[in-house]
Amino acid sequence: MAKTHVTMKVNGAEVEGLVEPRTLLVHFIRENLLLTGTHIGCETTHCGACTVDIDGMSVKSCTMLAVQAEGSDITTIEGVANADGSLSALQEGFRMMHGLQCGFCTPGMILRAQRLLQENPSPTEAEIRMGISGNFCRCTGYQNIVRAIQYAADKINGVEFKEAAE
Amino acid sequence: MIPGPFSYHRPASVADAVNLLSTLGDEARPLAGGHSLVPMMKLRLATPDHLVDLHGIAGLKGIRRDGSKIVIGAMTTQHELLASDEIAHSLPILHETALLIADPQVRYRGTIGGNLANGDPGNDLPALMLVLGAFYRLEGPGGGRDIAASEFYQGAYFTALEPGEILTSISIPAAAAGHGYAYEKLKRKVGDYATAAAAVVLTMAGGKIATCAIGLTNLHETPLLATDAANAVIGSSLDDASLRKAAAAAVAIMSPAADARGPVEYRKHVGGIMVTRALTRAAARAS
Repeated sequence: MAKTHVTMKVNGAEVEGLVEPRTLLVHFIRENLLLTGTHIGCETTHCGACTVDIDGMSVKSCTMLAVQAEGSDITTIEGVANADGSLSALQEGFRMMHGLQCGFCTPGMILRAQRLLQENPSPTEAEIRMGISGNFCRCTGYQNIVRAIQYAADKINGVEFKEAAE
Repeated sequence: MIPGPFSYHRPASVADAVNLLSTLGDEARPLAGGHSLVPMMKLRLATPDHLVDLHGIAGLKGIRRDGSKIVIGAMTTQHELLASDEIAHSLPILHETALLIADPQVRYRGTIGGNLANGDPGNDLPALMLVLGAFYRLEGPGGGRDIAASEFYQGAYFTALEPGEILTSISIPAAAAGHGYAYEKLKRKVGDYATAAAAVVLTMAGGKIATCAIGLTNLHETPLLATDAANAVIGSSLDDASLRKAAAAAVAIMSPAADARGPVEYRKHVGGIMVTRALTRAAARAS
């Protein structure tokens, strides 16, 4: 099958490559760009481990063709840290609140949570849970992931984070 | 999992898309949001030789008011439906239902046109279109035509679309002022297709139900309009006896498949409960 030339912006850098039309975006990101922070979990559009941000949308990159990302602006987990290399508010939140155990779902969770907080800077707990309902975690029971996102929201909003009473 | 090989086409106009689909024939599929088709291709349950991606066509997106109708471009995503003040105001049941489709990531990509045209009995929007009296605009090699949603669904994944035709927009009459509405969906988890679901739009006058339409999702190989069930409550104050009659009339036309969501009897049983709940909630919202 003839290959197609694609160009896109990933984490601020212009990238290009030759792909078959059937190449999934997540494979292009992992295998062509060698950005392996984006994980492949279920491969059936359920688990959200492969979530990246594309032109302001959270997208499961296992369910989009690389050719469809032509000209788009993509952020992966490798692009979320602050410019000086320090942890973003969400990364810090996941660390401080123990928002991960095995860590497999974390890149997708953080990318999804980042978009959620941009659309809704002060989400309620219910809005956070609905907002991450396309991302599975099989370790934490979600409790500490929700806390991590609340921590990050408060940090971004400049308010002191107070854990809800148990 | 990787799809089988195919050629990718990205036409810039509806005419070019129709031309490609008619020329390439049966082995070509239009690609809308891709959140049904791409997973099917990865499982090799779909192996098209050609994909005609509709994302490059300007004018297939957007929500506009046209007199008493709301016209929605087929490539409008569920996320865009949810963000629309026009939908929230004129067709609140569409807002309520779109929020129950899949999960946030899928809603950024999934389109109303793909949801309606795929013919998947599990999709939520087709039954809603029956209830709302929607018309679909189809464009094909022989020109354009409008078809009622009630004439569109012929079997599971089998619709009135002719070879080379695509759905380009959906025209929905704005719901009556003061109407009540509800979409009740039983599902195993967030993101799942319905085990059973019911859509209700009704109006009340003097404490009695004046008009009512009931749609059923995933309880037959096509979406269903439960006309006898609706007639059972029209003129009533939605008393318990009328509600029971309506649920029984709806259950009588259900013929769901037995699958991982449950055996036939269970799905019919909960289908009746969804009808009862949707009627009750819709009536409480009517003014």
